[in-house]
Amino acid sequence: MAIGLSHYLIVAAILFMIGVFGIFVNRKNVIVILMCVELILLAVNINFVAFSAHMPAAPGVNPIDGQIFALFILTVAAAEAAVGLAILVVYFRNRGNIQVEDIDLMKG
Amino acid sequence: MIAAIAFYILATVAIAAAFMVVASRNPVHSVMFLILTFFSAAGLFILMGAEFLALLLVMVYVGAVAVLFLFVVMMLDVDFVELKKGFLSYAPIGAIIAGILLIEMIFLGAAYFSEGGRPLVPADPTMSNLEAFGAVLYTKYAGAFEAAGFILLVAMIGAIVLTLRDREGVRRQDANAQMARTREEGVELVDIEPGQGLG
Repeated sequence: MAIGLSHYLIVAAILFMIGVFGIFVNRKNVIVILMCVELILLAVNINFVAFSAHMPAAPGVNPIDGQIFALFILTVAAAEAAVGLAILVVYFRNRGNIQVEDIDLMKG
Repeated sequence: MIAAIAFYILATVAIAAAFMVVASRNPVHSVMFLILTFFSAAGLFILMGAEFLALLLVMVYVGAVAVLFLFVVMMLDVDFVELKKGFLSYAPIGAIIAGILLIEMIFLGAAYFSEGGRPLVPADPTMSNLEAFGAVLYTKYAGAFEAAGFILLVAMIGAIVLTLRDREGVRRQDANAQMARTREEGVELVDIEPGQGLG
């Protein structure tokens, strides 16, 4: 049985779903929420690469564009992880814990 | 055939590891499973012919981001068993929302593929993946490439500024004080009589 585009899209969809599920389930730990965001971005990347690999050749269309976009997503994801973890470290230094439910300083 | 087996193994491992990221009680284990997920995803990328992105994924995620996560998890000395308590109370709402999203995506895919079926053509068979990447990245997407570099610079400076802190009572080198020192306060000429010494 040949592996087509739809197989990869299903894998990406399941990974995306697990990421969203993790964000909703995990109301205590900010680090795991950041990891779930990484999972979601990975699912998006799999989608981009799958479409890039299976795109029909057409004039004016370069199939590699999808992979280029995945590269930029990778860049932004790395930057996001760095800044997010830095914010987390500062928050932990100030408050002494990282429970999501306790982060309500801006609540009116 | 062998590609199909490889796909199913990699996909299964990726999904199982991703689920363990969410479900495991210890965040250190979560990071380890995140690494496993990214490894399997890199395998999937290779199956799709995107070798460069696959190796990039391993380098950036396994080499940098995952280690960063691990570092922060171990640096923040938190009672993690306590953190995981209320897992089950939020599980139903999370499962419902995730399930709705999954059904949406499955229907979207089914709608896309129902009419005529798209032909499956490998990306650019004349060039290697890396060649094709470079040919586009530095020409058509040169501006976006520069922007990506700028984003990384901003993230680096942001992370440094956020985590830098001034501690009180630390002896530091003060370049201004060193430069402002004059010869008069730094050097004293003493005439020593022969056979007497300084005392």
